[in-house]
Amino acid sequence: MFLNPFEYHRAGSPQEALDLLNRHEGAKLIAGGHSLLPLMKQQLAQPTALIDIGRLAELSGVEKQGDSLRIGALTCHAELASSGMLATHCPILAEAAAKVADPQVRNKGTLGGNIAHADPASDLPAVLVATGATLDLMSPQGVRQVRAVDFFVGLLETDLAENELITAIHVPVLGQGSGSCYLKAEHPASGYAVCGAAVVVELGADGNAAAIRLSFNGLATTPVQCFPVVGALTGTDLADEAIDTAVNSLLSVEDPLGDIYASGEYRVQLAKVYCRRALKIARDRARG
Amino acid sequence: MGHKIRVEVNGRVVEREVEAHTLLVHFLREDLALTGTNVGCETSLCGSCTVWMDGEAVKSCTQLAVQADGTTVTTIEGMRTGDEMHPMQQAFWEEHGLQCGYCTPGMIMATSALLKHNSNPSEGEIREALKGNVCRCTGYHNIVKAVQRAAQGGS
Ligand SMILES: Cc1cc2nc3c(=O)[nH]c(=O)nc-3n(C[C@H](O)[C@H](O)[C@H](O)COP(=O)(O)OP(=O)(O)OC[C@H]3O[C@@H](n4cnc5c(N)ncnc54)[C@H](O)[C@@H]3O)c2cc1C
Ligand code: FES
Ligand code: FES
Repeated sequence: MFLNPFEYHRAGSPQEALDLLNRHEGAKLIAGGHSLLPLMKQQLAQPTALIDIGRLAELSGVEKQGDSLRIGALTCHAELASSGMLATHCPILAEAAAKVADPQVRNKGTLGGNIAHADPASDLPAVLVATGATLDLMSPQGVRQVRAVDFFVGLLETDLAENELITAIHVPVLGQGSGSCYLKAEHPASGYAVCGAAVVVELGADGNAAAIRLSFNGLATTPVQCFPVVGALTGTDLADEAIDTAVNSLLSVEDPLGDIYASGEYRVQLAKVYCRRALKIARDRARG
Repeated sequence: MGHKIRVEVNGRVVEREVEAHTLLVHFLREDLALTGTNVGCETSLCGSCTVWMDGEAVKSCTQLAVQADGTTVTTIEGMRTGDEMHPMQQAFWEEHGLQCGYCTPGMIMATSALLKHNSNPSEGEIREALKGNVCRCTGYHNIVKAVQRAAQGGS
């Protein structure tokens, strides 16, 4: 499988990446290349030029800034999975990153590339929605912030403008009394999520659920939040039976995604199973 | 337009001019004649093209040669020391961890990378680490045994 010719430029700074993007009509950024190169091999993407941001060290790594973590867009999945900072302050993102594909893909694929690609079968979009993440999008005009939930707009489609670069992802620290869990039903061959459930639970001083956030991959073109289930369970003690009843009766998706691997109906059924399990695990983790 | 790249491959620094669209695996096989790295699927699913880039296992069919500029690449040819096979190669030999051998270079690169991070993996961890490597012959059983043998220092 060969790629069509294109120009190649390596950016030495985020600013230079934006300049190069601006100067080359039809150019695309390349980070790890693990979503873009497969698309180019299939001729589903045919950029005239690639702007390589893979070496921008300033866009990589995890650091704590007050009540949130700043994760550079170029941080690879393997680094997310093994980050002590994430394990302590946002374990669900490390848990999900460890479930992406296989070790080789995790060594190259980046968080920024994963969300910019916006594949409904990716693992990280729903996790960012469930954690309440915010993205920094840099353009020649400056940096704007977008909530993850507003960033994903459709199939392989995001709010990212052609002249923008994701520089960082901010996730709130999940503090004392919170628990989280990401579970996925993975496609046995590719490893992508047929359905993935991301759950964050925050318990109040009384031990009841003060806040719950649910988000699913694989059910629709963008992450699905299931507010009726959240509404029914918030304020309760999250007993097993309450979780089962709420999820079984209230989790529904209008016009779910379906393909040759899994029908929409089957995906919703998977979502119920994984949501129930993930809620119970997150609850138990929150109780400590 | 050609791009000049400088890569340390198996301990030797090489400088070559490559096209932007040359895949790393083609650069290794065709420009450097390192044909130990095999190409199976070319779609990043089979793992037969696994090499190390800066010490970590990557699929060289899903990487451009220009992306490897300035890095250190290790292929199966770089694993032995003198006439001595790498302990993982030796363990595959002793446990019959291969039949046709097509997947083997990728398997060796992936599993020896695993041992760098986890010197005593469980069977489950070994199978998990091999998720990105497909073998159509062996059923994986002897591959797992080989990795366990290598982890135990070949005993
Ligand atoms: C075999 C295989 C299995 C996989 N399985 C899974 C899986 O189970 N779960 C999962 O979640 N993912 C999976 N992936 C996808 C993988 O996680 C990708 O690496 C990731 O989605 C893209 O990251 P990247 O750095 O390689 O992006 P690239 O391929 O370099 O780029 C992807 C897109 O994002 C854009 N882009 C990249 N970085 C930025 C940035 N900082 N700002 C703006 N735009 C940017 C590029 O222009 C391009 O359009 C799999 C991939 C492969 C090849
Ligand atoms: S040839 Fe690279 S993964 Fe199959
Ligand atoms: S030994 Fe034949 S494919 Fe693995």
